[in-house]
Amino acid sequence: MLDVKAGDEQSFALLLHRYRSPLVNFLYRMVRNREQAEDLAQEVFLRVYRAREDYVPSAKFTTWLFRIATNLALNSVRDNRYQRMEISLDAPVTADAEDGDEKTLDVAEKQPNIEQHLVEDVQRKMIRHAIEKLPEKQRAAVLLHKYQELDYGEISKILECSESALKSLLFRAYETLRVELAPLVAQRARQ
Amino acid sequence: MSCSRMENKILGYVDGRLKEGERLEMEKHLSTCGVCQLRVNEFRSVHALLDELPMIEPSAAFDLRVQARVAAEPAKQSWWAWFMPSPRVVLAASMLLLGTVWIGRYSRSDPPQIDQADIPVLENYDVISSFEPLTELSQAEPADDADQQSQDM
Repeated sequence: MLDVKAGDEQSFALLLHRYRSPLVNFLYRMVRNREQAEDLAQEVFLRVYRAREDYVPSAKFTTWLFRIATNLALNSVRDNRYQRMEISLDAPVTADAEDGDEKTLDVAEKQPNIEQHLVEDVQRKMIRHAIEKLPEKQRAAVLLHKYQELDYGEISKILECSESALKSLLFRAYETLRVELAPLVAQRARQ
Repeated sequence: MSCSRMENKILGYVDGRLKEGERLEMEKHLSTCGVCQLRVNEFRSVHALLDELPMIEPSAAFDLRVQARVAAEPAKQSWWAWFMPSPRVVLAASMLLLGTVWIGRYSRSDPPQIDQADIPVLENYDVISSFEPLTELSQAEPADDADQQSQDM
């Protein structure tokens, strides 16, 4: 980032290459819409570029990056919630377009373990929905902890809370997930 | 250690982020508490289940879109660039400045000198000073004026 600050355009391209996938995945799991996640990720990179001259390396770059991303995601989730409230209940029910993004099953492939694929598909949907049902701050904490593997100090800075508050937040989130995913948890325990 | 004190450390224990002392303390508690041991196993299962969500790849055009937006950003100008307006504004400001200087210059010039010969009173000063009828006029008496005023009242 210091090279980007010094005006090195090539370094910005490297940052983009390195962080685009983690960012898009984090935002996708926050907002549950691929197109929106990519738009938000673009906005994050644009803000990083705009702020390059004012960047002070007082914290890790990833902390700063995910702080921008988390704030954008939380705002977007709140905006979406208000938008959904305005949608008529009479609107036709459509299939969840986002489910298609992660589908690996293709019947045309005629793989022998189709049943296994179906089971896995159902499990993935359960996990996704369980994460989606978490309050947004708990969801962000779980995603940053589990998928970005940031330490407690970094996550607490991103979410602007103390480390002890973060640990409570994560505990409550895992408790909710444990209850929501109880059948899968029990199944794993039997294995 | 009580179970309530354990709560916030279970996840750290599951993902191996506890300090050595905390980890040993946790293991000591787990060896005597079935409830917390069960909770640890369940959290491990949840942790593992979360791994089953596949990653998505950003679309092929993602980098291009970011780079296009970055390229469209206006270049940062230095502070003095704010004082570099368009040529028309520069011309108008220059004209205004010149006009102000021109008006200021004329308003500060000395008033025209009047020749004393143009003043007829001064020309006849000697005549007036020795004009006899003026010397024959009686001088005003302030005491009489005061008496007159008191009578009027």
